[in-house]
Amino acid sequence: MSTDLAVQEREDQDVGVGDYQFGFHDPTDKYVFKSRRGLDREIVYQISEMKKEPKWMRDFRISSLETFFQKPMPSWGGAVEEIDFQNIFYYMKAAANLEKSWEDVPEDIRKTYDRLGIPEAEKKYLAGVKAQYESEVIYGSLQEDLAKQGVLFTDTDSALRDHPDLFREYFGKIIPPNDNKFAALNSAVWSGGSFIYVPPGVKIEFPLQAYFRINSENMGQFERTLIIVDEGASAHYVEGCTAPTYSSESLHSAVVEIVVKRGGRFRYTTIQNWSNNVYNLVTKRAMAYGDSLMEWVDGNLGSKLTMKYPSIYLMEPGARGETLSIAFANNGQHQDAGAKMVHCAPNTSSRVVSKSISKGGGRASYRGLVKVEKGATNCKSNVVCDALILDSKSRSDTYPYIEAEDDQISLEHEASVSKIGEEQLFYLMSRGMTEAEASAMIVTGFIEPLVKELPMEYAVEMNRLIELQMEGSVG
Amino acid sequence: MSAILKISDLRVAVDGKPILKGVNLEIRQGEIHALMGPNGCGKSTLAYVVAGHPKYEITGGTIELDGINVLELDPCQRARLGLFLAFQYPVTIPGVKVSDFLRHAVSNVRNPERKEGEGLIPMKDFRKELKDRMSEIDIDSEFARRYLNDGFSGGEKKRMEILQLSLLRPRFAILDETDSGLDSDAVRAVSEGINKLHGPHMGVLIITHHERLLEFNKPSFTHVMLAGKIVETGDASLAHDLHANGYAAVRERHPAEAAEEQAVTVKA
Ligand SMILES: Nc1ncnc2c1ncn2[C@@H]1O[C@H](COP(=O)(O)OP(=O)(O)O)[C@@H](O)[C@H]1O
Ligand SMILES: [Mg+2]
Repeated sequence: MSTDLAVQEREDQDVGVGDYQFGFHDPTDKYVFKSRRGLDREIVYQISEMKKEPKWMRDFRISSLETFFQKPMPSWGGAVEEIDFQNIFYYMKAAANLEKSWEDVPEDIRKTYDRLGIPEAEKKYLAGVKAQYESEVIYGSLQEDLAKQGVLFTDTDSALRDHPDLFREYFGKIIPPNDNKFAALNSAVWSGGSFIYVPPGVKIEFPLQAYFRINSENMGQFERTLIIVDEGASAHYVEGCTAPTYSSESLHSAVVEIVVKRGGRFRYTTIQNWSNNVYNLVTKRAMAYGDSLMEWVDGNLGSKLTMKYPSIYLMEPGARGETLSIAFANNGQHQDAGAKMVHCAPNTSSRVVSKSISKGGGRASYRGLVKVEKGATNCKSNVVCDALILDSKSRSDTYPYIEAEDDQISLEHEASVSKIGEEQLFYLMSRGMTEAEASAMIVTGFIEPLVKELPMEYAVEMNRLIELQMEGSVG
Repeated sequence: MSAILKISDLRVAVDGKPILKGVNLEIRQGEIHALMGPNGCGKSTLAYVVAGHPKYEITGGTIELDGINVLELDPCQRARLGLFLAFQYPVTIPGVKVSDFLRHAVSNVRNPERKEGEGLIPMKDFRKELKDRMSEIDIDSEFARRYLNDGFSGGEKKRMEILQLSLLRPRFAILDETDSGLDSDAVRAVSEGINKLHGPHMGVLIITHHERLLEFNKPSFTHVMLAGKIVETGDASLAHDLHANGYAAVRERHPAEAAEEQAVTVKA
């Protein structure tokens, strides 16, 4: 409702259903391959074998597995100690091939993506699509003219096979396996994800979209995304994620590595909408070189626990980093999200805008770090986090950290926490809004400054998801 | 047949403190009533209670619209029944565009059965209507894209209330000091706005300290409130008299209420 008049028209057609509308799942009996539960060297070998990988990758996986076993669990953030790593399926392949036409995708899976609206969106406004189902990408497309200009948009497994040199130059270099326990886990069992290369000067106008779908109970999804935006190039990548509602947990632990070279521009938008039983523990990092612009737009809805702090390393003068983050923590959910900005060079600037909403006993935390390395003079950083708490059961925390080794810098931090105003509710209700509608309107207004940064279709989607979260549950 | 808004022996308290002490008032569709009275006597309280503000405790009496017990309804239902309050202090709703807000409001009030998520009135019709109404009360159409009352001047906020009134076309409207704090041009704009809107289908209760609003919108009845009670009712000349001479004579004629009024102010 906070979008433009033209957008509103489209919203009319959408009548919300139920609390979480993506909670359905497909049968799994036709799967091509399913690993047994649990994690050990044998499982890792099996994955590597299935994928017919070169030896270096298998060695990389095995050493990452050791790192995973050795690293302690993070002692901060959320209740990760409840994850039972031996109860998870680490690899499942639902379809034999990666298809270029939706007609060739197995029917159950195709129907799922139809319900998620992906093929339709593809026709209307996307430059390319990747659809990952469980562990593998099952569908991929890219507009022909982009392919002709040398743009690569494939699944990460194919990239390892088809572009080995480019792949090896960057893979695991931005986020090494020993960065943190979950990065190590992903490095050991990764499968799928997107690989993007945008050649110098190529500007991709429409978004490239990836959609990640978990279907099975106790599934572990570990996609690995690597994106290289070459000098003066620009692109926008969008990912969406959903999973069925089950009574026991699934795990999503991705690693996303990005390089934006001189003068490049890249925006990575996430609209994640996990069901309530997903642990979402993701490591995302970008390196931004001279005069480039890297932006994370991070919409976190759903999941049981999300721990995600997209980071930007500003490597050379003139690099700019921006993170816009929206988190909605509903009943039974903990969103521990934020941003990390590392100023490694002089004259770099960063901006973080975070808006969190907690409702129905949900907990939203902002956790952010701004770090300025020695000699990085004339840096600017501005952090604003606003929290909106909808009821007395819900909780919001802010953990801003600053580490500055240089003092010729300008750092600003503002934080606010507000409750939904009784007077605002009354005002809207006295104009005929129901209490739920009025609350939803206030919440949509609260995130509007971020939502308006999104392309129209995603803004509509974001507002619709927020409205679903708000629906029928007030008063 | 015209509908009646009937307030009988209404008693209201806030935080245990009695504010309204037996208010009686009957307004028919098509009539204009003025409500006057010194600051703190309870005028806004009456307005809020009719609109259904949750903070007020009803300790006695009834409010009925055409026989329907209004007190049982929440503010949203009251709005859909055809009640409207132009706020003395309209609140700001950051991030919510005027046009989106109005389209939802209009859809709900014109289709009282509408549930959340159901269709809104068609964009094309709404846009045109909004544009027409805005130009009638002299609001720049650019305001449709602004966030509701965010950064609006006092006069702009009041005009926005009148715009809502004109779109929602309630059966009964209460205007709570819609003329306060406005310069004379703004008061004229608002007065003319109300004058255009008023007709056989709208009953209006104008709460005001000034005469300007009443010049354009001549009341058939003027009520004077003192310490939570309506103590006198007259015609337009009473409003004129109060404006010219103040409340001293009223207090003299109603010593019991005047004494309570003082008790209240001393305590406060
Ligand atoms: N929400 C409230 N909380 C506490 N006291 C209130 C509230 N609203 C009104 N009052 C008190 O009730 C009395 C009447 O106020 P009000 O109705 O605003 O008067 P008026 O509009 O006639 O100036 C005053 O003493 C005021 O302080
Ligand atoms: Mg008042």
